[in-house]
Amino acid sequence: MLLEVRDLNVYYGAIHALQGINFCLEEGEIVTLIGANGAGKSTTLNTISGLLRPRRGQVLFRGKDITFTPAEEIVRMGICQAPEGRKIFANLTVMENLEMGAYTQSDKQEIQKNLERVFRSFPRLKERQNQLGGTLSGGEQQMLAIGRALMSRPQLLLLDEPSMGLSPILVEEIFNIIQEINAQGTSILLVEQNAQMALSVAHRGYVLETGKIVLEGDSSDLLDNPMVKKAYLGAH
Amino acid sequence: MNAQPPTLLERILKGKWIGKGFLLLVGLVVVWWVGGKALQSPSLFLQQIINGIQLGFVYALIALGYTMVYGIVRLINFAHGDVFMFGAFVSYFSVGLFQLHLWPVRVFPGLSPTAAIILGTVSVILLSMVSCAILAITIERIAYKPLRDAPRISALITAIGVSFFLEYFGALPFVFTPNFITYKRPFEIVTWYVKDGIHRLEIGTEAPPGSVIFSNVLIIIIIVSLILLVGLNYIVRRTKIGKAMRATAYDKPTSRLMGINVDGVISTTFAIGASLAGAAGVLYATAYPQVVFWMGIIPGLKAFVAAVLGGIGSIPGAFVGALIMGQAEVISAGYISTPMRDAVAFTILILVLLIRPTGIFGEPEREKA
Repeated sequence: MLLEVRDLNVYYGAIHALQGINFCLEEGEIVTLIGANGAGKSTTLNTISGLLRPRRGQVLFRGKDITFTPAEEIVRMGICQAPEGRKIFANLTVMENLEMGAYTQSDKQEIQKNLERVFRSFPRLKERQNQLGGTLSGGEQQMLAIGRALMSRPQLLLLDEPSMGLSPILVEEIFNIIQEINAQGTSILLVEQNAQMALSVAHRGYVLETGKIVLEGDSSDLLDNPMVKKAYLGAH
Repeated sequence: MNAQPPTLLERILKGKWIGKGFLLLVGLVVVWWVGGKALQSPSLFLQQIINGIQLGFVYALIALGYTMVYGIVRLINFAHGDVFMFGAFVSYFSVGLFQLHLWPVRVFPGLSPTAAIILGTVSVILLSMVSCAILAITIERIAYKPLRDAPRISALITAIGVSFFLEYFGALPFVFTPNFITYKRPFEIVTWYVKDGIHRLEIGTEAPPGSVIFSNVLIIIIIVSLILLVGLNYIVRRTKIGKAMRATAYDKPTSRLMGINVDGVISTTFAIGASLAGAAGVLYATAYPQVVFWMGIIPGLKAFVAAVLGGIGSIPGAFVGALIMGQAEVISAGYISTPMRDAVAFTILILVLLIRPTGIFGEPEREKA
């Protein structure tokens, strides 16, 4: 088991944002958390990343309890997040953004190899490497956010709403790359509002509703599930 | 309702036209007046400019600390001027008590005198820089870090408290004493005058009228400041920690997601800013050879004005702002009266805040999602 989340309870002040969620992710899988705005998807990712602390519950990475490990240590252990809204460092160049992704890495050759791998996945970033991050288009910023996260050589990549605000063609492109990254051996926890897209690339999925997991299963089953169809896939 | 476009009169009355016109007028008067003085006595004017450069570079070193710390934690670190004072005192003790500046002569008796003086002076400056860095990290850990998530005003008031603490702790009889103390330079002062070529000015003699005087203090201030500025620029632009500083200044949570130790980066920023202030303390004391526990207040405030003038958070802004402040100060002191220099400095602050609060290089505060 690569990642296991047990009975996670997170509060924002008095608001009970995550109400005891349980899920797991096996090595090599793409698992998606789908749900509406405010369901607690980003909260889950930020708790795994160590930005938020749960009041109850545990996060286990390869069986090791990382619930209260500092965020920077978690990156070193092999979990990296491409956050919601991309959060590119607009005042840094594309190259510098990627270097920040490799902040925990010290082997220069390894960093260089990684950089080439990221440029192979996202040739657009190579063209724009000396441009400021803030000058990129939305799609390029999303590529940079994913590329930046990959620079830390994660075993588990957390993606928060990679499709947000992108045109359907770009969404298609990004999701193809997500599958490619997975095929190269990186496990992925994907958070999405775009359930159709997410379920089409993921192996398994969990449906999150106001801080609780209401449904789980293989992606193909979830795609056929009448409740999912009605609530998230826009079928009538 | 038919909205009429505002007439010119209305725009002048309501808009910023009146302010801009007034400023333009004031600016023209100042230029005309200073220009007149300059033509009256070019050598005196040149002398003022040189004095202003000397002061401006010292202010620049202090202002950088203000602007870097503001850039990364959005805190006006009012204790920064007192760190500058601490740097001056460290060098006072290292020169006066421990004769640190003489170590090259003692360790390598065969060294050329010039090399020995340079090495000795550099050691004195480095010791002050390191001491100030340690002091600043201590202050940051004890006083500011616990308030990282508190409202900004809490940290600001704490900074003022730390400033008072450093001053009055320094004033204790067994620390720095409340008195003015004569400062011994780590090198002998050498003065030259320029009139039909450069001549050495012997001690105890007067320079001929109409000449411009400068000393090795000026040269040392300019060289040391430029080396530190270039070094800082290199650190911020090219090194991993410098890039992490810029990333952290932009977005702390995302920086943590990249594995950046944000607390460590913030401490480093405080340390770098403080070490520049420490160097400034040594240079200031060699230029105006007296030290006293409150000596950091006015230079600290002026450097703060310089940082605001340049655009707080902007490193080139701090440098340019400081050079302008240095000139404004000596020109008002030289042509109006000495106490006027402080009034002019703070008038500049008021004008900047009224007209362009973001300063010369500043950008409007970014809205974060």
